[in-house]
Amino acid sequence: MSLTYLEAIREAQARALRDDPRVFIYGQDVGAFGGAFKATKNLAMEFPGRVLDSPISEDAMVGMAVGAAIEGMRPIVEMQFADFSLVGFNQIVNQAATLYWRTNVPCPITVRLPFGGTSGSGPFHSQCIEAIYAHYPGLIVLTPATVEDAYSMLLEAVALDDPVIFCEHKFLYRHLKAEKLPDEALPVGKARIAREGRDLTVVTYSAMVHEALEAANELSTEGWEIEIVDLRSVKPLDTDTVVASVARTGKLLCVGEAWPWGGVTAEIISRVSVEGFGLLDAPPQRLNAKDTPVPYHHNLWAAHRPTARSIATTARNLLRQ
Amino acid sequence: MFQTALDTKPSQETKSARDIHLSAFRYMMLARVLDDKFAALYRAGGKIHGGVFLGRGQEGLSAAIGISLQKGDVFAPLIRDAAGRLAFGETVLDSVRTYLGSAHGPMRGRDGNVHRGNVQEGLLPMISHLGAMISVVNGILLARRFQKKFGTVGAACIGDGATSTGSFHEAVNQAAVEKLPLVLVIADNQYAYSTPTSRQFACDSLAHKAAGYGVDVQTVDGTDFSACLKVAGEAVSRARREGGPQMIVARLLRLCGHGEHDVAEYVDPELKKSPLGRDCLNVAQDFLIQKNWLDEPQLAAMKDEIAHEIETAVAQAQREPAPDPFAEEWRALVSGHLSEGTMEP
Repeated sequence: MSLTYLEAIREAQARALRDDPRVFIYGQDVGAFGGAFKATKNLAMEFPGRVLDSPISEDAMVGMAVGAAIEGMRPIVEMQFADFSLVGFNQIVNQAATLYWRTNVPCPITVRLPFGGTSGSGPFHSQCIEAIYAHYPGLIVLTPATVEDAYSMLLEAVALDDPVIFCEHKFLYRHLKAEKLPDEALPVGKARIAREGRDLTVVTYSAMVHEALEAANELSTEGWEIEIVDLRSVKPLDTDTVVASVARTGKLLCVGEAWPWGGVTAEIISRVSVEGFGLLDAPPQRLNAKDTPVPYHHNLWAAHRPTARSIATTARNLLRQ
Repeated sequence: MFQTALDTKPSQETKSARDIHLSAFRYMMLARVLDDKFAALYRAGGKIHGGVFLGRGQEGLSAAIGISLQKGDVFAPLIRDAAGRLAFGETVLDSVRTYLGSAHGPMRGRDGNVHRGNVQEGLLPMISHLGAMISVVNGILLARRFQKKFGTVGAACIGDGATSTGSFHEAVNQAAVEKLPLVLVIADNQYAYSTPTSRQFACDSLAHKAAGYGVDVQTVDGTDFSACLKVAGEAVSRARREGGPQMIVARLLRLCGHGEHDVAEYVDPELKKSPLGRDCLNVAQDFLIQKNWLDEPQLAAMKDEIAHEIETAVAQAQREPAPDPFAEEWRALVSGHLSEGTMEP
């Protein structure tokens, strides 16, 4: 049997509910309806009373989760879209993220953010806001790029004693398939070499891993071997794996679907410049979405975000330096 | 640290009206003298880092809520709830330690003044966005339902200003949908910082909001501690008996600035002269003396005892070490292996 990224998320939640009586799911339409994307399909039936529909109240959803976590539960909050989590932003960054530091009481909540662009979704159903959450101390921000990681990292997110922002990419939901669920996995906090190469390091995460892989295939026909680092988690950032890769290739291109100002790609370049400046044979480059809201029409959307083609073009320019 | 007296505090039902009133009055007085001490230390300069926020004029309502709660309940106070905190079991020493920045205080210097709390004891340390505390109380109550722990309630206290926030709306509605044993106390003290209620809301009474949520509501004269005790006691009992969320709207006047940095010249002098401007402590004292539940010598003894308790706590906190930045564990995550550290070279 094969299994999609979305089904892996559903299976991880089913397993978390089955294995741990402290787990419950709270979110809009997650109950009998099974969620806007069906990430909680049938879970309300399989686990009666533990998959609760919430009012359209992102602030109170997260506040509720924080309170439940204080009392020893392990809530999973589903935001219908990452963009909507901004209504609950205050509770996430000021309440959940500060609780342990202020009080010594852990806040083990998992907030699932279906994020990232898909064609036709427009400005308010497409955003990549992982860097905004990563900016705040007290949060772990995960960005799985594979079916296996979607499963294992969600399970680890629920098990961690800290608040986790779980960024699951909507573009990958149904596109990505695996033959089976993993029995073991890299732990959270470790990046993965998604492809080995000697000429250039591309550091990226989530859906952009797949665009970068496609670009690397194209470039390999031209004789270039691209190494791709899949960050897996943007906070913490596995700087060691990134620097080690740059040590091998001497060239760095960071790719993110998020907007260009600040963010994960800028952070990577900053860290490599500080820790591995001497390893670089050329100025490090970055490729992000354009600095506009995410457009609706396919033609505009496809040009707004980095693609295999734009990654390959940028990589070529860097390789020729 | 919490007072052990809390463990043995008899429930309200078994205490006489006289005992309840006297106990509430003592917490009011304790809070007033403690607040005055913080104000004096603030004005003296150097002792207190950050602001000082007093509960002057709100002690009656506050004590009534605190005394109506039991051990095991949850209390999310507002910034003017020194009396309620003490009645709920917070020690004088914990509040003094927090204001004076003792490393031994419950917040260890990481947070201060009114942001103190003790989560394990059910006393939630507020974030500044006060409306956001209500849904956290909801979450604790929901968790207890999951865990089949029944019979406890959660009280969240806010002012008129917080009723204008989205968090308030979301959380009250949420509590009503889940039928949680929440007691939401609104101290309508006429000003949110400097903003009068005429610029805060347009309904005749904040109590009218309750019907929109399907929540029970009682209004009370917040300057009358006896009336507050009755209303708070009843609301807590109804919530405890699975009666769903309860709202209390108490009208009173803040008899101080927003904080001690604020001289509050904006307060309407007519309001100060109106019944709302009565000092609840004087009202309570007159009530007790008239009832013959308290006489002048007892009052004097109570004041002496309180002054001594506070001076002792201040002296102790002043001897205690301040937080040490070199010994501080600069880590915001439980998961040490996932902490990014300070990024120092």
